[in-house]
Order: sequence, then structure tokens, then C-alpha cells
Amino acid sequence: MNPESLSFIFLSAFLINNFVLAMFLGLCPFVGVSAKRDTAFNMSLATTFVMFVSSTCSYGINLVLTTFDLEFLRLISYIALIASSVQLVEMVLKKFSPALFRALGIFLPLITTNCAILGVALFQTAREYDFLQSVSFSLGAGAGFGLAIVLMAGLREKLELSNLPNITQAAALSMMLAGILSLTFMGFAGLGGANA
Amino acid sequence: MTQATKKETPLTLDVFTAGIWKENPVFVMMLGLCPTLAVTNSVLNSLAMGIASIFVLVCSNALVSALRHFIPKQVRITTYIIIIATFVTLVDYIIQAVSLDLYNKLGAFIQLIVVNCLILGRAEAYASKHSFTKSVVSALGMGLGFTLALVMLGSVRELLGAGQLLGYQVFSTQFEPWVVMILPPGGFIVLGSWLLLINYLEQRKTGQLIAADSASQCAVKAESFS
Repeated sequence: MNPESLSFIFLSAFLINNFVLAMFLGLCPFVGVSAKRDTAFNMSLATTFVMFVSSTCSYGINLVLTTFDLEFLRLISYIALIASSVQLVEMVLKKFSPALFRALGIFLPLITTNCAILGVALFQTAREYDFLQSVSFSLGAGAGFGLAIVLMAGLREKLELSNLPNITQAAALSMMLAGILSLTFMGFAGLGGANA
Repeated sequence: MTQATKKETPLTLDVFTAGIWKENPVFVMMLGLCPTLAVTNSVLNSLAMGIASIFVLVCSNALVSALRHFIPKQVRITTYIIIIATFVTLVDYIIQAVSLDLYNKLGAFIQLIVVNCLILGRAEAYASKHSFTKSVVSALGMGLGFTLALVMLGSVRELLGAGQLLGYQVFSTQFEPWVVMILPPGGFIVLGSWLLLINYLEQRKTGQLIAADSASQCAVKAESFS
């Protein structure tokens, strides 16, 4: 497959180089919000949306910055951009879906410090994707984040019913589970170059 | 703002040591996990990441603490993020100038220090409420704790994954490296194992050895996965 093609970029971000399980981005929500499947699913929708918005905007900002030779401002402008798009999502949700807004609660503003989102913006700049490629990359990354977090939430819901030794309380077991999930995802490396 | 200055307790050694073990950012508070897992495939990378994080943490906490009376409450998070991003940009360029090799190895994770929740978390929870010296001391402790955790993870992963430590061959050439330890799953599994060990020690200290048998079983299971 052509590594530049839109479908390959999507697939690569979605499965082969899954953002959470292979690149270690966005682990805080992955551990924090994966206790319940519904919340996890809604969280991944919100995250994907923010990723999409910030990825398209950062593409534009990067164009402006490179024209004026201001690359050293890239990090600061990206992070300000992400913070404002989270604010935007917050306002949209509050207006159109107050129930979802309440369900996400504190985790909504925390999307700002989700490294997966800044990661999308930084990686697409580093790899010099064009506009359509950036869109496909951000959607793939969002879908991959969603897949990982929903899978994890499903596993953790099952775990609540089982009898566990005391020392596996809190995060220790989640990390072990994530390790096994990550091992499974390594199987996707056969789909195409793992270094994409 | 005024009540924050009123209840200033004296600077004790506790402020410094809390971050190193008792409130260790990685093992106890579970903050800043992304860089913890991503760059710890060797001791050298872990150390470099730790030092870069200490620099950003100390400088940003110092600045936040010095400016804490001037930052309006409504825009504080944005202000903190901008302060942190400034220092991260500095670190990014410094590492690029000092060692291009290291810069390429750490990749985007230097810039991703901006979104390390540990740094923002400390700025919001500690530096915005405490005096300048205390914030700096506490940040230094936290940063050392973070580095300690990174090196603990990195040494296990490098030792098992490559049979080396800091680049020196530890095991004989007969040793078959556990490649999975250097790959992403190894990060999760090693961190999980450290957490299990710490939980176990903690429980033994408090004398609640209820689940000792199943605990050791779990540890064995963890080993067999790797």
C-alpha cells in the first residue's frame, strides 16, 4: 500500500500505530475515564471532535507561521489553539446536549492536557502532511483512541465482578491489562510498515 | 489570594522529600504517564527526559508562584500553559543544540512535556498557593521523584530488553534479549509490575497480608506474560 494514501494514514493511526497502545499518547484519560463504557464512548467522541478541529486549524496556523518564519512559536500557538477548541466543544455541548455535558463533567476541560491531541498536531507537522492527509490522520487517531478506551472500559467492567487480590487495586491491574491489549495490537503491525 | 499567604507554614524537609517517594508523581499520583512509558526504553533516555522535566517543572513553578498574585483567576490555566510552553520551547532548542542524537531519539516527546499533567497539576495545586522558595523546593522534589520513577522503569526495560545498562553489556552474549520489554507492551507491563510490588510492600508494612498468596500468583502471571 502507498504510505502516503489517505486510507493508509487512517489505518495506520487507527490500528498499526494506535495512539494509546503503541505511541503512549493520551494515557491519562485512558486510565482515568475507562471505568464505564458509556462515559468512555462519549469521551472518545468529544476527543475525536477536538482532534479534528485542532488538527485542521493547526494546519492553517502552521502555514501562517512558516510564511513568516515564526516556527519557534509553533508549540505555544498549538496549545492555545487546543485550549480554545476545547472551550468551543464545551459551549456547543452545554447548549445542545446538557446531559452529555454533565456526564463528562471534569474530564471535558482535561481534554486540553490530553497529549494525544497535541501529538496529532505535532506529528502531522513533522511528517508534512497536506490538508486531506491531516484530516484523515486526525480522524484515524481519534478512532484509535476511542477503540482503545472502549475496549479497556469493557474489560474493566468485567473485572469489577471478579474476585481480585488486594494488591492489584487501583492502577496496577489496569497497566497489566493495557500491556496485554498493547501486545494484541502489535499483531496489526503486519498490515503495513510499522514505522509509518 | 490573601488567605493563601496567611497560612504559610515554614519550609521543612518534608516539602522536598514528599515528591520523591511518599507522593511520587508516577507511582502514587499516576501523573505524567505518557512520557513515562514512551521514552523509558533505555536508562539514558529516561535520565534525559527526567532532567528536561525537572527544568520545566522548577522554572514554571517558580514563575507561577512569583506571579500568583497577578494572574486573574479566570484565565489562570491558560496562563500556566503558556508559561509551561515557553520553557518547553527553550528545552527543545537546548537539547537540539547539545545533542542532536538524543533529540532524534526523544522525538516529539520533548515538546509533549507541555501536556505532562504533572507540571500543570503542580502549578495549579501547589505553586499557585505557596511561596516562591517552597514552590521551587517542592518542584525539585517532585521532579527528582519523576526522574527516579523514569530511571526505575528504564533500567528494568533496558536490562531485560537489551541485556545492557547505560549501554554497557551486563549479561553475557548468550542472553536472549526480551525484545518485548523495549516495545510498547513492555512499558505497560513493567510499570504494572512496579505498582504491584509497591502495593505489596505497602500492604506488608501496614500488616494486611490478606491476599499474599494470590498476590504472588499474580506476580508469576505477570512474569510469564513478558
